[in-house]
Amino acid sequence: MHAARKQKLMIVFAILLGSAATVALLLFAFNQGLNVFYTPTEVAEGKVAARQNFRIGGMVKEGSLVKQGLEGSRIAFVATDMNEDIPVEYTGVLPDLFREGQGVVADGYLDESGVFQAQQILAKHDENYMSAEVKAALDAAAAKKAEQQ
Amino acid sequence: MIPELGNFAVMLALCLAALQATIPLVGTYTGNQLWMSLCRPLSSGVWVFIALAFACLAYAFLQDDFSVAYVARNSNSMLPAYYKFAAVWGAHEGSLLLWVLILASWAYAVSLLSRNLPLDILARVLSVMGLISVGFMAFLLFTSNPFERQLLNMPPEGADLNPLLQDFGLIVHPPMLYMGYVGFSVAFSFAIAALLTGRLDAAWARWTRPWTNAAWAFLTVGIALGSWWAYYELGWGGWWFWDPVENVSFMPWLVGTALIHSLAVTEKRGVFKSWTVLLAIAAFSLSLLGAFIVRSGVITSVHAFAVDPERGMVLLALLLIIIGGSLFLYALRAPVVKGSASYEGTSREVFLLINNILLVVSTAAILGGTLAPLIYEAIYGEANRISVGPPYFNIVFLPLMALLSVFLGLSTFSRWKRTSVAHLKEQGTKAAIAAVILGIGLPLLFTMEVDWGAMLALSLALWIVFCIARDLWDKSSNRASRVAALKSLSLSYWGMQLAHFGFAVIICGVVLTSHYSVEEDVRLAPGESIEIGSYEFRFDGVVERAGPNYDAASATIFVTKNGAEYMTMHPEKRTYRARGDMQTEADIDVGFFRDLFTALGDERGEGAWVVRVHLKPFVFWIWFGAMLMAAGGITAILDRRYRTKRVADAIAAPLGTTAPDTTTGGGAPVNA
Repeated sequence: MHAARKQKLMIVFAILLGSAATVALLLFAFNQGLNVFYTPTEVAEGKVAARQNFRIGGMVKEGSLVKQGLEGSRIAFVATDMNEDIPVEYTGVLPDLFREGQGVVADGYLDESGVFQAQQILAKHDENYMSAEVKAALDAAAAKKAEQQ
Repeated sequence: MIPELGNFAVMLALCLAALQATIPLVGTYTGNQLWMSLCRPLSSGVWVFIALAFACLAYAFLQDDFSVAYVARNSNSMLPAYYKFAAVWGAHEGSLLLWVLILASWAYAVSLLSRNLPLDILARVLSVMGLISVGFMAFLLFTSNPFERQLLNMPPEGADLNPLLQDFGLIVHPPMLYMGYVGFSVAFSFAIAALLTGRLDAAWARWTRPWTNAAWAFLTVGIALGSWWAYYELGWGGWWFWDPVENVSFMPWLVGTALIHSLAVTEKRGVFKSWTVLLAIAAFSLSLLGAFIVRSGVITSVHAFAVDPERGMVLLALLLIIIGGSLFLYALRAPVVKGSASYEGTSREVFLLINNILLVVSTAAILGGTLAPLIYEAIYGEANRISVGPPYFNIVFLPLMALLSVFLGLSTFSRWKRTSVAHLKEQGTKAAIAAVILGIGLPLLFTMEVDWGAMLALSLALWIVFCIARDLWDKSSNRASRVAALKSLSLSYWGMQLAHFGFAVIICGVVLTSHYSVEEDVRLAPGESIEIGSYEFRFDGVVERAGPNYDAASATIFVTKNGAEYMTMHPEKRTYRARGDMQTEADIDVGFFRDLFTALGDERGEGAWVVRVHLKPFVFWIWFGAMLMAAGGITAILDRRYRTKRVADAIAAPLGTTAPDTTTGGGAPVNA
């Protein structure tokens, strides 16, 4: 084969290989980093498999926060969309604006006993700001309730 | 009176900017010298009036003029004076005024420092900048006027500045970041001017390079400061979260880095021309996209504090006009500015091409990950939401950066046009072997653990350092004295090596921190302690303490090192009186080789608290490396050849030809 043509072929081959590797990497990474958002109602309906990572949003139910008596720095509370309740457990420091009766968004998974094991609790940075996720969850639950009645 | 004066000054500046956008540009088409030369006085006029407006707003803040709605919302008479001043850019309206001021400042700087630029080019560049100014000033005036009054029901006291922002970080981080964002408008305007004339030669690249470097250096500092601020102020102990707002500041930086390298090729070899123009457009467009995402709140983020969908739509329209218009022009004119010079398989051109591909692919991956939640929601409806977490970004970004590091080292030895593989081998083999041995050996020696990720990354960082050292050694070997030889190397060469060294330092910081940090979030009752490495932290309880405008729960943590008294730390949980906001104030013992980080969590009954105690090795190197990179960018600007007049070859180089190699100042073979 002609030397120049051979070089061109090599370049084309390298580009193809590089693109394929990049796309594969992207897809793999996307799969790892992707968190689908579910509302407590959707979780209660069994839409999520155990051990699957996802994001949950709702309100911290009044009177549900347990800060003492658990092992180490563990806490427990109930996330609700006023329709269904999901128990949540978390180890670590709570964000400054975490309060009962306020919105909460958490990343984690559902364990075998149906408790959401939060790996991260997201902070919001404004008293007046409600995360779009929480608002959507509450709206959806309200709509569903209205439908059932 | 003063706020009205400020309002009036913005209006005047808007009118002058409209003139700046049109008259010089028309002049370039009719060949009217006078009209073209008006670009200088007009840009200084715009700057004077915007600066006046800014001064008026600052005055309103310092005087606690709560009849101005923006001041009332973001200040408080108890606020210390320096925070009152910084509060000018503490929320949307004022930060937009800062943005416009910085835009006008860059334009003014171009008009002052471009004495050797041909008048018609300068006229076009400043006209384009004027056009951007018009867009943003109109946006400021019509949707986000910071001078709006509320004379009826004037509040007796301001609502206070968000406590998160009451920090040194607010004073320096936004101005630096905006200097970077807006600074790319200069490269953008040069690119548009080049498209308008079809003249894109070595001289054009040489004019654009210092401005791009300057903007890039500011953005580097801005991002680093933001990361440092998040590290000590948010109290989470992290320094980068792949948060949407971090990502949108990082994307223009990555593309700007690609642009710097591509400009080098365009200047030295006259190739990559239309690519360079595209990068210049992309860097500024991504800056605008960043402003849009931060301001519109379309993506859930910690920074989305000024959410207003309506303003977002206006900003989106502005964004589409600027990006769409420039890309349209690019499609029409790009074929005109094609370059033609040959280069071979392992030349410096190819290494820089690889650099560009890797940086642009990283940017695209980050852009995709950042916008994915938006796209998903648009397709599947509002109730269906996703988020893309740090694992995605790490998995994509880190391998690309590893490849980049490999080629960065190799490119140090490469030459323009052609470099033999044998030469690369001869130069690089020893450096590679030494890097791998030390990269594996050092972690093994200090931790007695095998951590392949850390070893690989450390090897790559050392590889870059050894390549730089080898190149310096070679370059200084032909002279009688090495010191004299090193002194004779050009400043742009030193700048390049300094920035690359900074990159290696960042790699070390990032890798060692993420792999060897010890992070404990523990519940501690008074008197209890926790041991981390050779340090022991004893929690001595929490007391109430009153600050100037907040009340704090202040912890006392007694630290001993190897049993000997070391220091006492006081992390705090503050409640700001005006708004009742809570704020974590971490206490950090900063060191060159390790940080001790303590932050107070929440109370867990019986005087016990959750306490964050972290030992973070080499975390300082992340910001130190960023500062070295920025210093490298500035050093390169100081190179003599950017200041000497070269009008002759600017005019002599006709359209679409290769730049003569004589532009390589000082005759040094490597002078990127």
